[in-house]
Amino acid sequence: MSRSDTSSDLGEALRRAMTLSNPALSRFDPLPRIITLDEFSRGHCGWSQLVGNYEDTLDTMLPGYAQHTSAMLSTLPHWEAGSHGGMSGSYALKIATRARPGAQNVAIKRLTFRKRGPIRFEAYFTFKPEATELKLGETDVRSVGFLFDLQGGDRDRGAERVMPHLRFLNAEGGQHLQKWQFKNETTKFQPVGNGEKILSHYHLAPEGWQDLPGGSQRLCYNEIATKVNWSYLRFDFDVAEMKALSFQCNDRVFDMSGFESIRMPAMKNLWCMLNFCLFAETDVAKRAFLYVDSICISGDF
Amino acid sequence: MLPENITAILARNETWTGEAASEPYEAGWAREAIVFVRALKEPVGPAPLARVEISPDGMHWVPEGTEMRLPSQKDGMAVARLTHFGSWLRVVASFEDDASCTVLVTLHLKA
Repeated sequence: MSRSDTSSDLGEALRRAMTLSNPALSRFDPLPRIITLDEFSRGHCGWSQLVGNYEDTLDTMLPGYAQHTSAMLSTLPHWEAGSHGGMSGSYALKIATRARPGAQNVAIKRLTFRKRGPIRFEAYFTFKPEATELKLGETDVRSVGFLFDLQGGDRDRGAERVMPHLRFLNAEGGQHLQKWQFKNETTKFQPVGNGEKILSHYHLAPEGWQDLPGGSQRLCYNEIATKVNWSYLRFDFDVAEMKALSFQCNDRVFDMSGFESIRMPAMKNLWCMLNFCLFAETDVAKRAFLYVDSICISGDF
Repeated sequence: MLPENITAILARNETWTGEAASEPYEAGWAREAIVFVRALKEPVGPAPLARVEISPDGMHWVPEGTEMRLPSQKDGMAVARLTHFGSWLRVVASFEDDASCTVLVTLHLKA
């Protein structure tokens, strides 16, 4: 073993020991560089509402985006049991849909990247319908999920805009489906305003979702609408190759060889974009809530 | 660390008619709030009093007591200052038949 190998091994061991001994990071498995560590007991941490594009009037915003509302800081307060709280703090980020079948809501964090390579997204999350009935409501939430919105750098040859999407399809039409899905197509781009500068597309349209091979998973959803348990997810994506590397939820690691992203030609204004979105979707006329305790985004650089 | 301070959008470009209500907003962490309502288009008919409501659970609502006259012209503003509101806030209004207002409702919260 060379001296540089030994030094590298020692550095990695030291990094791992420091991560594991840090209570804020120990629950995650970050890559060497922490890009952001979002603990929602510290605030919204830059997770804002995904607003649609428009020009001259808000009437030009596509309906899919017009329905979005602002994320909240929530103690998961339940009408009969009081505040549930987060994993180790009082608050979680809450993404709530409207009470209309098929309604969606999306929160976004907008960054750019400085190094092409693996990016790791880790989160602790849970979801529930609004407890408007004295029932479990396990098929009320249609889905929760996340996506990245990425584009290569302005000097990259053949740069594309790439949008990996993953959702947990919990239920549809009263059927408890419980499986992970991806999508590789979006809706047609539409001009906004006079169409000279601004286009829009609704990439979370309900069409086009495909089952992730081997992606069935029964998550813990407990016995009544106001009991929740936090789940872990990890998604690795290589921004150099624009390819999904790995996906894990709780104890399951999924084969991503059949996963595809939405891909489209690069846009003239989105170079080095590194956006992360979280979304919720309800299947019935009842609000769906996605709660996120904490998120760690890290990179291999 | 500076205390949390956030602007939340309760309703954007929504045309309110009849019994109208914003989506609920959970803000138990905030000690104070200001609500602004701006008319994005020329309102139609009489401008009603909007009411601030609070809730124990985000599902059952009671008047907080604050009222504000909604704008009677495009880009007019209504405003309300709030403290001691517990965990939940929303804004509601009752419009007469054929009356409407296309609103931007923003909530400005401070810990």
